[in-house]
Amino acid sequence: MQTALVIEQLLNGLQFGVMLFLMAAGLTLIFGVMGLINLAHGSFYMIGAFACAAVAAATGSFWLGLAASLAAAAALGAIVEVTVIRRLYDRDHLDQVLATFALILILSEATRWLFGDFPLYLNIPAQLSGAIVLPAGVHYPVYRLAIILVGLLVGLGLYLLIAKTRLGMRIRAGESDREMIGALGVDIRSLYTLVFALGAALAGLAGAMVGALQSVQVGMGEPVLILAFVVIVIGGIGSIKGAFVGALLVGVTDTMGRVLLPPLLAAVIGPAQASGIGAALASMSIYIVMALILAFRPRGLFSAQG
Amino acid sequence: MNRETAFNLVLAAVLLAAPVIAFAANEPFYVALATRIAILALAAAGLNLALGFGGLVSFGHAAFFGIGGYVAGIFASHAMYSEPLPFGLPATDQMPVIWLVAALLCALAALPIGAISLRTTGVYFIMITLAFAQMIYYFAISWPAYGGEDGLSIPVRNSFVGLNTANALHFFLICYAVLMAALALTWRIRDSRFGMALQAARQNEVRLAAVGIRPFRIRLTAFVLSAVLTGLAGALFADLNRFASPSMMSWHMSGELIVLVILGGTGRLFGPVAGAILYVLLEYALGGMTERWQLFLGLILLGVVLFARGGVVGLVAGKARYD
Repeated sequence: MQTALVIEQLLNGLQFGVMLFLMAAGLTLIFGVMGLINLAHGSFYMIGAFACAAVAAATGSFWLGLAASLAAAAALGAIVEVTVIRRLYDRDHLDQVLATFALILILSEATRWLFGDFPLYLNIPAQLSGAIVLPAGVHYPVYRLAIILVGLLVGLGLYLLIAKTRLGMRIRAGESDREMIGALGVDIRSLYTLVFALGAALAGLAGAMVGALQSVQVGMGEPVLILAFVVIVIGGIGSIKGAFVGALLVGVTDTMGRVLLPPLLAAVIGPAQASGIGAALASMSIYIVMALILAFRPRGLFSAQG
Repeated sequence: MNRETAFNLVLAAVLLAAPVIAFAANEPFYVALATRIAILALAAAGLNLALGFGGLVSFGHAAFFGIGGYVAGIFASHAMYSEPLPFGLPATDQMPVIWLVAALLCALAALPIGAISLRTTGVYFIMITLAFAQMIYYFAISWPAYGGEDGLSIPVRNSFVGLNTANALHFFLICYAVLMAALALTWRIRDSRFGMALQAARQNEVRLAAVGIRPFRIRLTAFVLSAVLTGLAGALFADLNRFASPSMMSWHMSGELIVLVILGGTGRLFGPVAGAILYVLLEYALGGMTERWQLFLGLILLGVVLFARGGVVGLVAGKARYD
């Protein structure tokens, strides 16, 4: 196997991981602060992609589309929080699963109603098209590198937001003691709405960026949602650091598994059977990693809740 | 007789009478609809054992539903071409044998899945059961021998001694009988020593441990039993549609099973039956009115969660006694 291919796939894994991080960061924040398990998070990813594609098609500018995706996802997140999610905070996880499952049905069908049954397409902006040559002779698309960069910047920004700002302090306080910070005069309701909208905006951003790499269609958020859940469970629910490590681990494992497992197996058991088994094992690999991690650390790698 | 028992008897009678009348009126479609209700109720009754009585929110029961379905599909296709099964077992299209194999395989799958998942609690349990189901789902769609992503069609429905399974009413009666047997089993379990311990484990794990019963084994047994019932439903479901589809294992199916249980009334004996009747009829009625029926189904579900806790049985018969 050539080094160039391995490097290229590693970067693909990194890009996938960073995109998962954008999803997982919102999920883990929402769970950590509000104790809410939100299945509808994938819908914000989908809305972001649709908003970006629609606005980009209307105005011809990808950047306006990107801004629209952030705005649309954040606004929808705030609306959903105020109308539905707010009533679920003191319910058990079962009710939360069911209510947010219902939200998926509603949001998916409403999107299909608005935009029709056919997928939309989104072009990569001209400034970021083409490939650059990296060391070891690797040609790599600029756009994917840009996604990696955006993801890392968002990660850094979230770290600074949570560790260094007043808002971050309140979020951390909300995580450890909800009643206490309410008693200290912080408006906990709007804090929750803000956190929920922030998480939704991050998901929308991820959807918009990935929308240029694949077709924009209803249901696109669901596979990503499940992977984002795997990520936060591996990382420890409520921990942004855990989400970051988990996302990169899942992204790289999944991508490398698909590339490396079939040839590795072919060397062991012969090519005829290897293609089937290799593909099956590769698509199961991240779930195997997750089961292994949870079997030994039932609360994930970096659990925020001890 | 209290109100819940009366309501249960009414549900059982209606579910039996409706397809018999439909069959007499030469409306096989409605017989198939009732069969679908009975099978989904059986799957949900399985989940109810873990989720309702044990408080184990499994978001991965579709895996067992799918395993059951694939067992029916694989047996049917081998029997069709008279090929022996793996390990040289003779192929057969007899339903009881298929059910036994489906039950055994589901138990074998549920044992390690449950043993690992039960180390975790709360939201981690929900997620790890989901992950195991996804694992099995991806295995099914990337394994080419039995259809892969296309699924596995069943050209001729598997057979049952003395009955003609191609006849809609005969097949319904088989499904109805299995459902009633499963509900009777659930009822016996609920009021047994084991069932008491299981419900105690949901209510207060520490107290249960303090009286000398380890919650882990109780829960694992309930999880395995629950998987077996859902697997049986899967085998029947594949026979009903003459198709074992990987979508039987998708996480949407797991979500739907949870919906059925909650819609009917979590932890109520006939909750799954009430839930399945309501869900399938809603699906059918809304599907007839608008193409966008999922939107309205979502709104109704949301309304149920937010405003009508306790589901249909809770609404009709009041709160459960032990709450």
